[in-house]
Amino acid sequence: MFLETKNLTKRFGGLVAVNSVDFSIEKGKINAIIGPNGAGKSTYFNLISGFYKPTSGQVIFNGQDITKLPPNKVAELGIARTFQSTNLFEQATVLDNVIIGHRLRTNSNLFDAVFRTKRLKREEKMCRDKAMEVLDFVGLTESANQLIGGITQEEKKRAAFALALATDPEIVFLDEPAAGINPDETEGLAILMKKMVDKGITVCLIEHKMSMIMKIADKIMVLNYGEKIAEGTPDEIKNNDAVIKAYLGGSAIA
Amino acid sequence: MSTIFQRKNVIIAVILFAIAFPYLTDNTYYIHIMSLAFIWTIAVYGLNLLAGYTGYLSLAHAGFFAIGAYSIGLLTVKAGLNYWLAFILAILITSFLGLLIGLISLRTKEHFFAIYTLCVGYVIYLVIDKWDSLTGGVRGLIGIPAPANIGPISFQTPVSLYYLILFFMLLAVLVAYRIVNSLTGRTYIAIRNSEELALTMGIDTGKNKLVVFVISTAFAGVAGALYASFIRFIGPEVAYTTVVFDLLTFLLVGGIGTLTGPIVGTLLIVWISQQLQFLQDYRMLIFGPVLTLLVIFYPRGLVGGFYAWKMKREHKRAMKANSAKSSDSAIGAKDQVKEG
Amino acid sequence: MEILLQQLFNGLTIGSVYALVALGLTLVYGILHIPNFAHGALYMMGGYITLTMMTSYGFHYWLAILVSMLVVGLLGVLMERFIFYPLREAPPIHDKIAAIGILLFLEAFAQFVWGADYQMMTSPYSQVINVLGLTFTLQRILIIVAAIVIMILLYVFLKKTFTGSTIIAMSQDREGANLVGINTHKVAMLTFMISGALAAVAASLAAPINLVFPGMGHLVILKAFVIIILGGMGSIPGAILGGYILGFSESLGATYISNDYKDIIAFVLLIVILSVKPTGLFAKGGH
Repeated sequence: MFLETKNLTKRFGGLVAVNSVDFSIEKGKINAIIGPNGAGKSTYFNLISGFYKPTSGQVIFNGQDITKLPPNKVAELGIARTFQSTNLFEQATVLDNVIIGHRLRTNSNLFDAVFRTKRLKREEKMCRDKAMEVLDFVGLTESANQLIGGITQEEKKRAAFALALATDPEIVFLDEPAAGINPDETEGLAILMKKMVDKGITVCLIEHKMSMIMKIADKIMVLNYGEKIAEGTPDEIKNNDAVIKAYLGGSAIA
Repeated sequence: MSTIFQRKNVIIAVILFAIAFPYLTDNTYYIHIMSLAFIWTIAVYGLNLLAGYTGYLSLAHAGFFAIGAYSIGLLTVKAGLNYWLAFILAILITSFLGLLIGLISLRTKEHFFAIYTLCVGYVIYLVIDKWDSLTGGVRGLIGIPAPANIGPISFQTPVSLYYLILFFMLLAVLVAYRIVNSLTGRTYIAIRNSEELALTMGIDTGKNKLVVFVISTAFAGVAGALYASFIRFIGPEVAYTTVVFDLLTFLLVGGIGTLTGPIVGTLLIVWISQQLQFLQDYRMLIFGPVLTLLVIFYPRGLVGGFYAWKMKREHKRAMKANSAKSSDSAIGAKDQVKEG
Repeated sequence: MEILLQQLFNGLTIGSVYALVALGLTLVYGILHIPNFAHGALYMMGGYITLTMMTSYGFHYWLAILVSMLVVGLLGVLMERFIFYPLREAPPIHDKIAAIGILLFLEAFAQFVWGADYQMMTSPYSQVINVLGLTFTLQRILIIVAAIVIMILLYVFLKKTFTGSTIIAMSQDREGANLVGINTHKVAMLTFMISGALAAVAASLAAPINLVFPGMGHLVILKAFVIIILGGMGSIPGAILGGYILGFSESLGATYISNDYKDIIAFVLLIVILSVKPTGLFAKGGH
């Protein structure tokens, strides 16, 4: 098993946001989590990445129980994520935003900073090279020196991908990567996700754009009111009664 | 490359001016004011690392300044310790208390952090004010010695003391500069930008915030210790909230989150206050509104405003000379980040 | 026993003043999520304006308070309009610094106009009353009664009038309030008006038993912050309850622990609370 959740449950007061979800993410594939608004998708992400502690259940990654680890430790193990709002620093350049992504693979500390040690210089170069490498990967080399505030929404999404990739992850969780961008650009991001998988990085995304999901996902899980109601290939999901009912009966999806 | 040399030249010129300053004036009062401004500058750089680069507005820094000042005062006057030993201990004591307070206060964020530290600062003031048997209470602590000789170098004259303070100030600037321009500094900026995102990048935000908090209090401790040995007398008012508001004014006018802001702001305000001495207690009639207006219209102060202007200009030039476009704006952007 | 009762009564007096100041602070926090560091300066201005109205213009105590409430309320509105409104999208550090700027200005202003001396305010209610062997000044009883009346009026206003309910609606859900057609900007100004008026009346009530001076707001504002953290930032009942809790702890602490350190009680309380719960007790809307 690569990454799986067992009986994962999160309650907020009396509300059950995620209810006993068993799911295993397939290595080297594009996994997708869909469901109506408020189905618990983002909560599920936050549970895996360590921002929330589950009420019960487990998260297992490469055989290790990571349920109780804080987000930074989860990231160190090779689990990266992006946010719906990219959260990038608008007044700094794309490159400067991405450089910090590799910080978790470096060791230099305050002492190195004050005395400008060889280690710091080596690691600074390492981070910069890494940033250039991932920017090249996502196709942003040209914009490396532009301010985040001056690039398009789609480029920001790519920069957020680059930042996640700079952490050297085994798996990347993408929270609605295609929100707020047009169909052509969505196509471009889909190609980029496939490129990531080809490079050996597992992808797991939350998305509202069904056409995109159905085209690129290898495995889909459907959440409704915090519960898993179906999982399988796009074809299986399309023909699943429970899913059809949830979408027709529940709030419409965008 | 030309900008880099330019920057280096400016720095060298400024340092040379600072060194020559005592010979440019025979008014010891000016030397006194300059020394005092340098001491404040050290504390402001500390505050800048925390508030400017990491995004945590600490209002307890007058307290830490006072802890540094009282530590050296008590260790020399009451315990009779060797001056430089007391100096080092004073910084250690300040940092240690900073560590303890940081451990608790950094669990809070934003408003809570500001309110919490404001109250911590007030508690420090009250303790100094009320703990008569230790601190001398409102009467203050008198007879603090000037820095002891180091080998043949004596610090008994205003000019030699000026150089000692200048040395510490330059050291503080260098340390701040190096921290900001390192992976550690980038880490702090990442935390300021978004703690959530920083955590996701695998950054241990808790540890980093604690380290920068302690460093920041150490800066305040150094400034406080120098202040005590420079003025030779301290009272509880050095811990009062008005002092931290002064520090904030210096920082904001110069430019919060910039590297040259603290020294520009401090020197400017201290010298302007000097010129407006007739105003005395009323100077806040001017500086109060200045602070508010700056935050609204020039949130990054004089230095931040200057860089924005420079970038705009470079951008225009780059647009004109289309061929050299990419390289020029790249340098501009790099400057911006170094300062930001 | 007599000392205890006397101290409980004193606690009730101080608690009333604290509660009024904390109410203004918590209303503003509820609406705009701004910790108004300048609130203590409004309190101080309230004290001076009432005093000036009485001494220079010969106004009656109550009339002077009314003028003071209006003037300080307007000051609050100006602050909202020209400072906090333009900063609504700025990083959270900015509005705090802006508020500090105003605080510094108002204090210097007070010192410039009225001088740095401590001034007495003589209220027409300085009689001493003996009940069951306890001595009360009429002014202290007045503080308690006036505070309770004001709180009831405020409650009725917020709960029973349309304008008042818009304040509550906005503090619960700003965007929602905007959607249902509430003019959030007007509500914000109104809230600042009320907040300033509350600070003014609190200062004017307290001044005859304390003194009027430029720094009179320092401790009060710090304690008001402690109170609203204690009671939950933005919570109205919390501010009242917190105010009285602090009032009682202080008056009892002054008698049974140490008069010198009574001002520390609030801060120790805060340090303990925030150490255990970094987002304050009953966190509501705080981040």
